[in-house]
Amino acid sequence: MNRRELVAGVAAAAASGRAARAAVAPRVVIVGGGYGGASVARALRRIAPQVRVTLVERQAPFISCPRSNGVIGGLAEMGEITFGDAGLREAGIGVVRGEAAEIDPAKRQVRLAGGRRLEYDRLVLSPGVDFIWNGVEGYDEAASAAMPHAWKAGPQTLLLRDQLRAMPDGGLVVIAAPADPYRCPPGPYERACLIAGYLKREKPRSKILILDAKDSFSKQPLFQEAWTTLYPGMVEWVPASRAGRVRSVRAGEGVVSTDFDDHRPAVANIIPPQRAGAIATKAGLAEATGFCRVDPVTFESKVAPGVHLVGDAIMPGDMPKSAFSANTQGKACAYALAAIFRGETPAEPVLLNTCYSLAAADYGFTVAGVYKPLDGALRLVKGSGGISPVGADAGTHALEAQYGRSWFDTLTAELYG
Amino acid sequence: MGLRSPVAAGLAGLVAMTAPGAAAASGAGMAESCATCHGLDARPRGAIPRLAGRDAAELAQALRDFRDGRRPGTVMGRIAKGYTDAEIDAVAAAIARPGKGR
Repeated sequence: MNRRELVAGVAAAAASGRAARAAVAPRVVIVGGGYGGASVARALRRIAPQVRVTLVERQAPFISCPRSNGVIGGLAEMGEITFGDAGLREAGIGVVRGEAAEIDPAKRQVRLAGGRRLEYDRLVLSPGVDFIWNGVEGYDEAASAAMPHAWKAGPQTLLLRDQLRAMPDGGLVVIAAPADPYRCPPGPYERACLIAGYLKREKPRSKILILDAKDSFSKQPLFQEAWTTLYPGMVEWVPASRAGRVRSVRAGEGVVSTDFDDHRPAVANIIPPQRAGAIATKAGLAEATGFCRVDPVTFESKVAPGVHLVGDAIMPGDMPKSAFSANTQGKACAYALAAIFRGETPAEPVLLNTCYSLAAADYGFTVAGVYKPLDGALRLVKGSGGISPVGADAGTHALEAQYGRSWFDTLTAELYG
Repeated sequence: MGLRSPVAAGLAGLVAMTAPGAAAASGAGMAESCATCHGLDARPRGAIPRLAGRDAAELAQALRDFRDGRRPGTVMGRIAKGYTDAEIDAVAAAIARPGKGR
């Protein structure tokens, strides 16, 4: 029996005595009702029902980034990625509609934009990402009305879809992909596939140019295989080493510039560089990377005691910024909080990520990984994970597409249903 | 190789010893990651295989077979390679007895 097997017994033995130490209802405030925050809230209701859970979310309803590329490519409707908060409320979660403006870790308070203060015993921030406006020169919020990012799902998703619908056959679509790290690493390339699918059906003389600020990307051989087999001649990828990085835009004139070229595409999708959501940045929780470092067992901030973070806002080690990661991190954070409230040492989590991408409605593939705490970060377990095999048959691609849909339906029903 | 029975897995879980720092993951905690696709009650919506109603030994054997390349699959082989034998037994036991051990 190895150490891990022996240590596994500790949690099991502790479980028997846990009921005896129920404390007076601890208060958890969660900021952000996306995949990360909703996962923390739901898990706490299941495993620690004595905890009073308050969820602060500014946007109603919630619109999912996963599958939003399907909306852009005409494979899904907005209604399929839009979720109300009735399910969260019915689960006993106190949903507060508003914007968290400031946190005070010393007083253990969150101040909302309207002035209301919420007191907490533990705070969980799942604020997602914010864009670094002018990280691409000239690309600010106003410019995104002409050149959508569509990297937060909602009106921007529809704007990009509608620009594609309005463009003439034979037009050029530019997708500017950011440098790492950013939300949803395979997302720009899945988007290229699903836009190519739409263009192939409706405007087959059109082309897609991916201007990239990096030299390699997630699931690269699988995407490149799909471009060759499904959309021959339609998708061109320009890496940073061939001057792919978009340096500036002039949104009013429709110009997208790299170091060497000025492009005037019919549709420009600029995905800007990103950092942790404003509430985390403002509280000084982010590092030079723009993202927040957390303890890999409790997800507590390395800077602010009592403040935990999950999801796209953190730099957790090897885990990518995905809804799946946010979900498993959120559940692990809830388990750690439940242990802390019982006066126990939280168990080390084993975390999982599986990112499904679509290259077409019936053509899917995955990247996966298993992650454990090691030297203060979540590290990929050696030998685990990796991408779907290149050269898989149509049946395998169809199955992975079906599984991706099944994952989305199962998870969103559990969080928002 | 001998199949570890659910009883044996359960007994392993009862062995307690003091450990420095954090304890290893509980089966229930690890099973939360499985639930992201297979559902919290192991009854997913859609095409992902349902695990509800299968016993711990069968689930553990399936995970070992995925891990060792004896069972074809899409993503499960890549996932199962991240788990030790003890973790496979613990997670299989937790999925077979949902709601226990939390």
